[in-house]
Amino acid sequence: MTPEPDTRLVGATAVTPGGSATVDRGSGPGTEDLFDITLRVNGVPYPVRVPARRLLSDCLRHDLKLTGTHVGCEHGVCGACTVLLDGEPVRSCLLLAVTVDGQSVTTMEGCRGPDGGLGPVQRAFMECHGLQCGFCTPGFVTTVTAFLAENPNPTEEDAREAIGGNLCRCTGYQNIVRSVLRAAELMRSAEPAGKATVDGVT
Amino acid sequence: MKPPSFGYHRPLTVADALAALAESGSDAKVLAGGQSLIPLLNMRLAAPKVLVDINRLGGELDRIEVDDQAVRIGALVRHARLLRPGSPAAALPLLAEATRNVAHPTIRNRGTAVGSLVHADPAAELPAVLLLSGGSVELASVHGTRAVPADQFFVGPLQAALAPGELAVAATFPRPPARSGSAFLEVSRRAGDYALVGVALQVRLDGDGRVASARAAYLSVGPTPVLVDLTDAVTGSTVDWEDAGRLAQSQVEPDDDIHASAAYRRHLVGVLTRRAGQVALARAREASGDA
Repeated sequence: MTPEPDTRLVGATAVTPGGSATVDRGSGPGTEDLFDITLRVNGVPYPVRVPARRLLSDCLRHDLKLTGTHVGCEHGVCGACTVLLDGEPVRSCLLLAVTVDGQSVTTMEGCRGPDGGLGPVQRAFMECHGLQCGFCTPGFVTTVTAFLAENPNPTEEDAREAIGGNLCRCTGYQNIVRSVLRAAELMRSAEPAGKATVDGVT
Repeated sequence: MKPPSFGYHRPLTVADALAALAESGSDAKVLAGGQSLIPLLNMRLAAPKVLVDINRLGGELDRIEVDDQAVRIGALVRHARLLRPGSPAAALPLLAEATRNVAHPTIRNRGTAVGSLVHADPAAELPAVLLLSGGSVELASVHGTRAVPADQFFVGPLQAALAPGELAVAATFPRPPARSGSAFLEVSRRAGDYALVGVALQVRLDGDGRVASARAAYLSVGPTPVLVDLTDAVTGSTVDWEDAGRLAQSQVEPDDDIHASAAYRRHLVGVLTRRAGQVALARAREASGDA
């Protein structure tokens, strides 16, 4: 197979630090094109080589070994895989890693406190018994972190609306709602230093 | 539950995107927000040979433009942007109200308004709003651009009037007429779910404060959104939204599915017409200074 210049991933050249946008075109049956991308996850740049069909959720878990992001339904219903993309909550199972090349991602691991311990949202979930099996918790913590950054004084109704897109099969949600309100309280009392840290996205 | 493999293009200009679409023809799908397309890929219900990812196009496609007549929304404008305080889309209260009913905030952060139109899900909110407001979708290809009016754009379930090689670059929603009011309501099993039935309804008053016209577009009651002119039912001496509800019920032919029976959907058409009619009329009166 004669190598030919690839013109398809010009976008990556523009956004990848170091301009490492090369495509390994693969050869033979069962292989597919691989794309070199860089994701900035929790403030750390990760260069990674993925096929175009790699979901962001799988890229985080399998390629970057960041298993704090959980994969539940894998079609956008359950919310367990929610991460922050440039600070905004999105379903990582509904994004291709290659699409978000060059962007900043915050995962559960990035929602920790400034001292590296539990962040205010994580602490609130622990204090209020906002989790049982814990499978859905990463999606709640990321969603709530972004929500509280925009709404530091939520009502209970606001809190319920904010978590409307996340499913939990254990708790019955009562303690999760309580956790959201408690996290808001923790963040207010710790201002400004205790503000939920969203690594790489401030 | 992973996407099948596909060829991937990520153009930086609209011209490059159109060239890629022209080359791949009906083998290609456009990836914008992906909140409907990627679930279909994950579940292997769709297997396009080529994806043309337009997320790097920015510029013109990422704009909301407002003039006296209409609001034009580019193909990369995400739902959440229409709801931000101070968004130019505030010129279209009906669009904003409908958009708040689109899935959950997390999905709205990524999904695009134009993508929702192109996806043409009969249970989706924005197609009904486009139809009711008499809007259109701009389609571009290497051969040029054309605007397709809403009543010709929605062809069937998940089928819009795009030819192979065409890219929907923007949608235009005309602004509401003077002395009018609108409302969007839907019923779903849980907040954020697809609507069992939804309605977008607009009432216009004449100079004397009487109802001049009332029209509604219904979702989830047929293969495409259904437009019903309710004017005859509500322009008599007394405005009776029950009558309008019955008129609407006679104009729709909903189907049974696992979520609701046809009879229940028809019932909801009546209930939602009455509720939305009352709200829209009150808003029209407010807009006419006759509250």
